[in-house]
Amino acid sequence: MYGFEAMTFNIHGGYLEAIVRGHRAGLLTAADYNNLCQCETLDDIKMHLSATEYGPYLQNEPSPLHTTTIVEKCTLKLVDEYKHMLCQATEPLSTFLEYITYGHMIDNVVLIVTGTLHERDVQELLEKCHPLGMFDSIATLAVAQNMRELYRLVLVDTPLAPYFSECITSEDLDDMNIEIMRNTLYKAYLEDFYKFCQKLGGATAEIMSDLLSFEADRRAVNITINSIGTELTRDDRRKLYSNFGLLYPYGHEELAVCEDIDQVRSAMEKYPPYQSIFSKLSYGESQMLDKAFYEEEVKRLCLAFEQQFHYGVFFAYMRLREQEIRNLMWISECVAQNQKSRVHDSVVFIF
Amino acid sequence: MGDSRGGCCPPMDLFRSEPMQLVQLIIPMESARLTVAYLGDLGLLQFKDLNSEKSPFQRTYAGQIKKCGEMARTLRFFKEQMLKAGLSPSATSVAQTDIDVDDLEVKLGELEAELIEMNANGEKLQRSYNELVEYKIVLKKAGDFFPSAQQSATAQRREMESNQMGEESIETPLLQEQETSTDLSKQVKLGFITGLVPRGKSMVFERILFRATRGNLFLKQVPIEAPVTDPVSGEKMEKNVFTVFYSGERAKNKILKICDAFGANRYPFSEDRGKQAVMISEVSGKISDLKSTIDAGKLHQDHLLRTIGDQFEQWNLKVKKEKLIHHTLNMLSLDVTKKCLVAEAWSPVFAKKQIQEALQRASVDSNSQVGAILQVLHTRELPPTYFRTNKFTAAFQEIVDAYGVAKYQEANPGVYTIVTFPFLFAVMFGDWGHGICLLLATLILIVREKKLSSQKLGDITEMTFGGRYVILMMSLFSIYAGFVYNECFSVALDLFGPSAYACRDLSCRDAYSIGLIKVRNTYPFGVDPAWHGSRTELPFLNSLKMKMSILLGVAQMNLGIILSYCNATFFGNCLNIWFQFIPQMIFLNSLFGYLSLLIILKWFTGSQADLYHIMIYMFLSPTDELGDNQLFQGQKTVQHVLLLLALVSVPWMLLPKPFLLKRQHENRQRGQSCTPVQVTDDTLHSEANHSHGHGHGHEEFEFGEVFVHQLIHTIEFVLGAVSNTASYLRLWALSLAHSQLSIVFYEKVLLLAWGYDNIVILVVGIIIFIFATVGVLLIMETLSAFLHALRLHWVEFQNKFYEGDGYKFYSFSFALIHDEGD
Repeated sequence: MYGFEAMTFNIHGGYLEAIVRGHRAGLLTAADYNNLCQCETLDDIKMHLSATEYGPYLQNEPSPLHTTTIVEKCTLKLVDEYKHMLCQATEPLSTFLEYITYGHMIDNVVLIVTGTLHERDVQELLEKCHPLGMFDSIATLAVAQNMRELYRLVLVDTPLAPYFSECITSEDLDDMNIEIMRNTLYKAYLEDFYKFCQKLGGATAEIMSDLLSFEADRRAVNITINSIGTELTRDDRRKLYSNFGLLYPYGHEELAVCEDIDQVRSAMEKYPPYQSIFSKLSYGESQMLDKAFYEEEVKRLCLAFEQQFHYGVFFAYMRLREQEIRNLMWISECVAQNQKSRVHDSVVFIF
Repeated sequence: MGDSRGGCCPPMDLFRSEPMQLVQLIIPMESARLTVAYLGDLGLLQFKDLNSEKSPFQRTYAGQIKKCGEMARTLRFFKEQMLKAGLSPSATSVAQTDIDVDDLEVKLGELEAELIEMNANGEKLQRSYNELVEYKIVLKKAGDFFPSAQQSATAQRREMESNQMGEESIETPLLQEQETSTDLSKQVKLGFITGLVPRGKSMVFERILFRATRGNLFLKQVPIEAPVTDPVSGEKMEKNVFTVFYSGERAKNKILKICDAFGANRYPFSEDRGKQAVMISEVSGKISDLKSTIDAGKLHQDHLLRTIGDQFEQWNLKVKKEKLIHHTLNMLSLDVTKKCLVAEAWSPVFAKKQIQEALQRASVDSNSQVGAILQVLHTRELPPTYFRTNKFTAAFQEIVDAYGVAKYQEANPGVYTIVTFPFLFAVMFGDWGHGICLLLATLILIVREKKLSSQKLGDITEMTFGGRYVILMMSLFSIYAGFVYNECFSVALDLFGPSAYACRDLSCRDAYSIGLIKVRNTYPFGVDPAWHGSRTELPFLNSLKMKMSILLGVAQMNLGIILSYCNATFFGNCLNIWFQFIPQMIFLNSLFGYLSLLIILKWFTGSQADLYHIMIYMFLSPTDELGDNQLFQGQKTVQHVLLLLALVSVPWMLLPKPFLLKRQHENRQRGQSCTPVQVTDDTLHSEANHSHGHGHGHEEFEFGEVFVHQLIHTIEFVLGAVSNTASYLRLWALSLAHSQLSIVFYEKVLLLAWGYDNIVILVVGIIIFIFATVGVLLIMETLSAFLHALRLHWVEFQNKFYEGDGYKFYSFSFALIHDEGD
């Protein structure tokens, strides 16, 4: 089909592609960020945002604002847009759109399970969940005591069920296990999503494979860095890496045996796309790595819009919006805590 | 002013946009707000943003805007509350008492706090009320369920017992007795939970319960008929009453958690019937108590909302005005002394007096010691374009503006569009039957104008309503054109006397072979009805309409070129007259003007000359003899001259202008101007002329660029002369399509149905005819003819002279607040 999808793409996907590109044009610009960074109070931020697409969502908020309200309302806008697109979508785009939310679903499951483990209130936890990753019986997660129960009770009904096949153990849940579960689930999810995109073929496969590979590689690096100094064995670590991406398989071998950040660095610098990321960091530093990865991701996501007739734009748009909300959260947080000097530390501009 | 200088045109307000001036206002700080408010009432100023480099919250009045935003939010909150309570803000506000903004803010704040408190109280009460209602339902439903379950259980037992009594054989399970007995002892430990679960979630609820307890439970659900209000969310939803029986403490904990997760409200319940009755009566008593309290609260709230509703519109307007005022104030720059604000704004020249009056009034009303100062600034900037339109001309001006807003003081094609647009439309839509239908439809819109303009219409209706006067003109012209074509729903009538033609004899046998003979004077108006239905109808009408289209086209294009002359004289640009207007006129008229002349000559003389042949061979072999095609004496010489003129005019258009521009530029470089800039008292004008006349010569002069530009312009005109004339043939084509379509509907639907002599077929035929006429001929054809008329204006007419690169005058006016509404 490659090369010919452009002929028929617009029959089902044209309208939504137009919509998503329209939404994309509504992303905050550099000038907006410039102004936002100069804000003195949260009210200033609200005032500035009221001139953007977030306006209708924030205008009815009474004056003492909180960062959480701003983030909540901005997320609500994203969710509304997503729901609208999902309503309009036909197969296979609707499945594709649903795939985008599975990541949030995994995060939510982990959040609730961890929360219950530390005996937090379920309602409070539910409020913290990302609205995109909600499913009907999510609150019931609190009942489960171990993974087997978790799976049997609740998750068997959700789209996450197949991903669980690898991590069903009767072990009681603890922090370590949950973290391993999250990464195993994520691995299975990414591989499934990757396979799905390959099945769609054409430009979607090409662009999504690039984006998902990057995601997989980033997770591999993060897993490695986070597991340094824990009791996770090399083999276990190796098992958490997704079986695709630029690092697969040789990079994974190297990452699996890394003992400190500099070894990770030397392993990664063999791959040209990541060399530029690591070359920005000084030795022994991992603080700025997240930001560097985000910046690279945003660059790649923006590139997805350069090509037409593929589903990658939906993925890219959702991710960009999420990044934007993260930025807003950071800026609001800095403004609220009077830490304006740190505003630029974590904001990733989207152009 | 333009008229005295333009010379060529009669005084028309619409022809040139209003003369504008840039004024500077210096307003003392203390009277700034009031001054801007009065200017907003006046609505004749377009303020320039002097603080564009500042972000919105860094500006002087950001705080006030925030305050207004807050008030607007409070008002939206009130509106929401009113909608919830089923009240609508009264449209006519009582007694326009002028309230101070600060007072209003305090008042709104108080009202909001009161309302929120009231709501909170009400909500609490409502919540417990809803809970009680649910409880009552649970008590009733579960109360029904328990006895029935008990009955069936006892019945079962009795059955079993009777079985046992009946036949005590080997087959009776030995354990059964034991089972029943142990059951009895265990029944005490069997706990149960009753409650309500939303119906949508009930299936999942059941499934999860089953899984969580591994099937060790008994669940009974009964749907409630009427939807109940959920105490937590306050929304109406359909719910099921459920009762779960379980055994063991762990199961209980799990079930409780699951209930919480599903938003299932649990209620205590007693097995004892006596207790149930007591509980029911207790709950009913509480419900009636609560009900009266809630009603009293509601009444109070209603009263409050009603008082808000009375003044809502007034407050809303006030807040919007206030916001607009401060937005405008934010555009002004603060003087160094911080004692006054400096504004720059565009305004029409005629408004100067009104503005001064407003300023004076403001300084008096605000008790300011110093009045505001108004002074006119001189600028090279191009002023905005402002036409004073009325409700009739506005729609036509919109048609022009949709293509591009006229450059400041440029000749406005809108004036001519008022007539030519509906006329060209009518040429394509000529049928007076259809025209009358269209006229009636617009008359409805126009008669109900007052009522319709105040209410919100749909997208398409809005558009039709906006263009009602355009449609009125279109329908009037198409009635006229319909009379000329002699068509009424494609039927030709002899309204203006009998036809000039008749058969040769009574039998009329040779009417279709040899033809008719002329017996009377020519038919006085329009096409003779005898043509209708004859074999030569189409060739005759085609030739007529084709020639007419060319005549109309050449006339309109000539008008366009003449307007370019008006522009050139107005802006004092002799170069454009001598090297653009004159060669263009010569080129167009020596080819297509000549063709038009031939057409008219042919009509007058009745000659049978072939005009195609003349035109084509005028180029291909100008020396050949004309022969039969000669229309007048000396035609060949005339043609030679015209051809020569056309050939000469092309390089005339192309070459001199860029070179002359270059020389002008060089002269100016040396500090002497050769173009006479007209000296007038109005300096602003000369500025505008100046900058135009020298073609942005103040900066660099790129000869190559200018030359290429001129080359493109010339090629465009020469090719355009041919293609645009051909383009006008769409008038003929659409008119043909329209008349043929209406003939098809008339003959193939109406007459066919008529022929059957069957009332049902006739009715069906008439219905189809009406729908086809309205749907295809009245709506679709109107749209297509409209579109083609639009194209002829935008492309063929306006490209001869119209620059359309101006920008519109957007005045700061409170009148707009009313329009936008919400």
